Amino acid sequence: MPASVGWVWLVVVLPFAGFLANGLISFFWPKAKRAVSAIGVGVLVAAFAVAVSVVNGLSSDLHGAPYVLTYWSWMPVGELEIAVALQVDQLSAVMMMIVTGISALIHIFSVGYMRDDPGYPRYFSYLNLFVFFMLVLVLGANFPVMFVGWEGVGLCSYLLIGFWYLDKSNADAGKKAFIMNRIGDFGFLIAMFLIFQATGSLSFAEVFEGAPSTFTINGGTVTLITLALFLGCTGKSAQIPLFTWLPDAMAGPTPVSALIHAATMVTAGVYLIARANVLFAMAPISSVVVATVGVVTALFAATIALKQWDIKKVLAYSTVSQLGYMFLGVGVGAYAGGIFHLATHAFFKALLFLGSGSVIFALHRAYHHTGSHEDAQDMRNMGGLRQYMPWTATLMWIATLAIAGIPGFSGFFSKDGILAATFARGHDHPVFYFLWILGAAAALLTAFYMTRLMLYTFHGRNRSGKDEAKHLLEAPWVMTAPLLVLALGSIFAGVVNLPHVLPGAGWLEHLFEPVTELSHRYLPEIHLSVTTEWVLIGVATVIAVAGISAAAVTLKPESLKAAREAPEESGLQRVLLRKWYVDEIYDALFVRPTVWISRNVLWRFMDVGVIDGALVNGSAWSARAVGFIGSAVQTGRLAWYLLVFVIGTLVLLRAVM
Amino acid sequence: MGMAIDVSVPGGMVLALLPELLLVGWMLVLLLAVAWRHKDEGDQQLAGQLALVGLVSTLLVVLWMWLRDAHAESLVGMIALDGFRYATSAIFLIGAILVVMLSLGYLGRESILTPEYYVLVLLATVGMLFMSSGADLIVIFLGLELMSVSIYVLAGIDRRSAFSAEAAVKYFLLGAFASGFFLYGVALLYGATGTTNLTQMHLQITSLGLETNLMLLCGIGLLLIGFGFKVAAVPFHMWAPDVYDGAPTPITAFMAAAVKAAAFAALIRVLLHALVASDVVWTEIVFWLSAITMIVGNLVALAQTQLKRMLAYSSIGHAGYILAAVASGSEEGAKAFVFYVLVYTLMTLGAFGVLAAIGRRGERDVRVDDLSGLGSRRPWMALAMTVFMLSLLGFPGTAGFIGKWLVLSSVVQADQVILAVLLVLASVVSAGYYLPVVMAMYMRPAAAEDSHSGAQLTGAARWVVGVAAVLLLLLGVWPNRAMDVAADGAEGLRPAPTRVFTD
Repeated sequence: MPASVGWVWLVVVLPFAGFLANGLISFFWPKAKRAVSAIGVGVLVAAFAVAVSVVNGLSSDLHGAPYVLTYWSWMPVGELEIAVALQVDQLSAVMMMIVTGISALIHIFSVGYMRDDPGYPRYFSYLNLFVFFMLVLVLGANFPVMFVGWEGVGLCSYLLIGFWYLDKSNADAGKKAFIMNRIGDFGFLIAMFLIFQATGSLSFAEVFEGAPSTFTINGGTVTLITLALFLGCTGKSAQIPLFTWLPDAMAGPTPVSALIHAATMVTAGVYLIARANVLFAMAPISSVVVATVGVVTALFAATIALKQWDIKKVLAYSTVSQLGYMFLGVGVGAYAGGIFHLATHAFFKALLFLGSGSVIFALHRAYHHTGSHEDAQDMRNMGGLRQYMPWTATLMWIATLAIAGIPGFSGFFSKDGILAATFARGHDHPVFYFLWILGAAAALLTAFYMTRLMLYTFHGRNRSGKDEAKHLLEAPWVMTAPLLVLALGSIFAGVVNLPHVLPGAGWLEHLFEPVTELSHRYLPEIHLSVTTEWVLIGVATVIAVAGISAAAVTLKPESLKAAREAPEESGLQRVLLRKWYVDEIYDALFVRPTVWISRNVLWRFMDVGVIDGALVNGSAWSARAVGFIGSAVQTGRLAWYLLVFVIGTLVLLRAVM
Repeated sequence: MGMAIDVSVPGGMVLALLPELLLVGWMLVLLLAVAWRHKDEGDQQLAGQLALVGLVSTLLVVLWMWLRDAHAESLVGMIALDGFRYATSAIFLIGAILVVMLSLGYLGRESILTPEYYVLVLLATVGMLFMSSGADLIVIFLGLELMSVSIYVLAGIDRRSAFSAEAAVKYFLLGAFASGFFLYGVALLYGATGTTNLTQMHLQITSLGLETNLMLLCGIGLLLIGFGFKVAAVPFHMWAPDVYDGAPTPITAFMAAAVKAAAFAALIRVLLHALVASDVVWTEIVFWLSAITMIVGNLVALAQTQLKRMLAYSSIGHAGYILAAVASGSEEGAKAFVFYVLVYTLMTLGAFGVLAAIGRRGERDVRVDDLSGLGSRRPWMALAMTVFMLSLLGFPGTAGFIGKWLVLSSVVQADQVILAVLLVLASVVSAGYYLPVVMAMYMRPAAAEDSHSGAQLTGAARWVVGVAAVLLLLLGVWPNRAMDVAADGAEGLRPAPTRVFTD
């Protein structure tokens, strides 16, 4: 094992140390912002540096991977040995780089964004803790360790969504995220139980290497396991049906949205499927379910994004939609393709979120100056910001072109890769052609709503208000510099996995071959002729250009009215704005019946009546009664004590003889 | 292969008894010191610090012998030189050190000015060391009496408190009574086997086929009664609540932790080493003792409103858990015992340490409700108390959970499923009195503006509570090293079956 790979524990421990230090500071010296920034950002930069050296070491000896570093065994129970172990291989190394790199940038951005917040140390300690858990998630060498990270990031997400907990709606959003995730986690747990039952192990190496001999292709067990795992993914990665928490999660600070709810945590589901690729390859039904749910989510979320006014809501639905693409990718067997889109998406979506953060920051500051209470996130209150914030506008345009899929930008290659892989699978079964059409349609909508966002925010005339416009300023450099780095990534990250028709193609795919090796046995070979590939590239380009031009032609930012003057929406507009009424439907179908059953059956009858009345109070009462008899026996009189002693002696001696 | 000690030559004997001799010598020095200087609080502090020096250096000697793997050249001897002795001795010494640290501030506050206190603590500790090192019933008995007599005096050391005096007298009278049973048991065992040496006793029983000899069985029964009294097993426990309640709090902690642990250590050595051939008989009895002790201890604890008395009953319940490990009759059980007793010492001393900080005048009056609002007024103290309560309850993530789990697995391996079920049920019941403490601290407002203003952990006591809490959490998530050490401590305790026939 290369020596530097042995240092991987440091990558995990550094953010945790930052959490501890910042947690202490938030208790004892809540005013020490400089120390907090230095520690919070410092540990992440250090972690990134160590991660780079780990990857450097790994690349010097790739054949030895995966390297499993076992630190200690938490609890050996029978056959089950849960080891605290980390695994360094091609997949986890790429994830580690994304997590530490993007996190470091977003931590730097936060220094500017959160500078006036009274909860500054608390914010950084949570953020550090999140990175720690995220690294545990991607570096864990077995399911239980991964689950610890999985739950931990959920906890941090909850804490950070409800960061401004004094506002009840924020706390509610946190709760909603937590509950939806719990539903998904239930699937994860079931999957773990099933895996242990079937294979007798929970470590990645043993489970996956033993999979071909343990499971039968298309068998019931493996299908059940993968479906349960996917249920976990729908919760964490906000797919149908568990996607509604993510837009609400925008209640948290914007850098949190960028880090947790766009670049890292929500992609954990994609990582999980890529990690368990053998199991999914052996369960074609589950894979089709994954692909279908993914592409339907992509399209569905894209339609909702068309009509949102809140800039962060647009980006949130866009994230849901892009996650759908990633699932489409891993669903059709393009595991490297899914991770590739995850990586490029991390760049451009983090850039978009941070850019929107800069916009909100500027608008908020302007409204703060004039004492106005307008919504700083509503695009109808923006417009023409290009002249006030040229840097932010330019950089966000780069990200927009990337996400829309303009050739040359990173998003084009990753999205095209997934769509091409889907199209190629059409050879086996025509249903994949259908999925391809849905994916292409979602791409069209993506280009449209992103252009809409940019036009309404940065172009046309300014609608913030006359007094406010004077206070609109570009964000400080500590916020724009990270954007600049992300923009470079958004442009150039595509080179790691170019299409097959270009020179130097498929580098990431080759890199991941050892990880996905076993699954190749079960997947059909993907053949696309050079002509077909060029045609697909052409189609993708046309779609992107069409979406952008359609938005540019049909939308009139000049004639848009500010939020306070805007008329009520009607018809389809209203349906889309209200998100297809999914929240209302869930409320009617699940929440209200659950509340009703909880209140009337579970609480009034079971809890108060049976459990509290008969069981708890009854048993507590009888236990206490026995206890009181016991203490009543304790008279304090020595003679009585001796009598009990002697009786005990007699009984005991009788038992011996 | 470690350091072999020939106990038949004087030099070897001195080496074998080095920890005991060192502590006795230091105790004598301390006695002389306090004879000259016993006037004021400063003298008392000095005595306490000297006691600490003696205890710590003895602990270092024990650890040194353990690390060097000091063992006897011959099989038969009066003194055991094995991992079990070192492990348990180390735990008693840690317990004694923590007690002395708690006492440093406590005695001054309660104006108990008797520097002899520390001399007696050292003397009791010497007795405990002999109990764990004795490989002969006579040595064990001497250790037991040395420990007990010192504790009788310590229980009544606060001469102005009627409760303290009552505790001492009760403990003394009943203790003398129980010692009689113990000694009678030793006599019967000697009558049956012709020896008091544990190794020889085992050889005699197996070679002469005495497994079900009536005299032997009666001897075992009486011995169990004697030990049962010391560990406060039901029905020989009646003294415990009154004595624990009346004694000064650090001494209560000492009794609940180290005294009990010492009696258990000797009991386990006698049962597993000398009487293992008759294990069918004694596992049965210990099974019942354990079951009744768990049930009664935990149920009666539910009815307590005073914190100190609740902790007293809780310690009876814990004796039941440890008895369950003994009832497994295996080295696995001994390993569970070593781990559990270490954890138990930490959490008991920690909990009593917090109690001592909260209360005044013997702490008898501190009710669970009096802790209301401690969470907001004294957050660190409340946090530590929460750790102790959760660990006593056996909550996952704390060392108490790992300890209880080890006990459970040893019980299950011995096929005593009923005992395992009872243990779990008893733990459930115990939540009924541990959690209200946590609830009171965090979920109820303080009774008055100035409540808890006097609750202050000072100096050394702060270290005791802090270190105990941190260790409990640490051992809860990273128990492996301690578990290995415990396994090492339990190894070779049970004589190998082949050894009988090669003789």
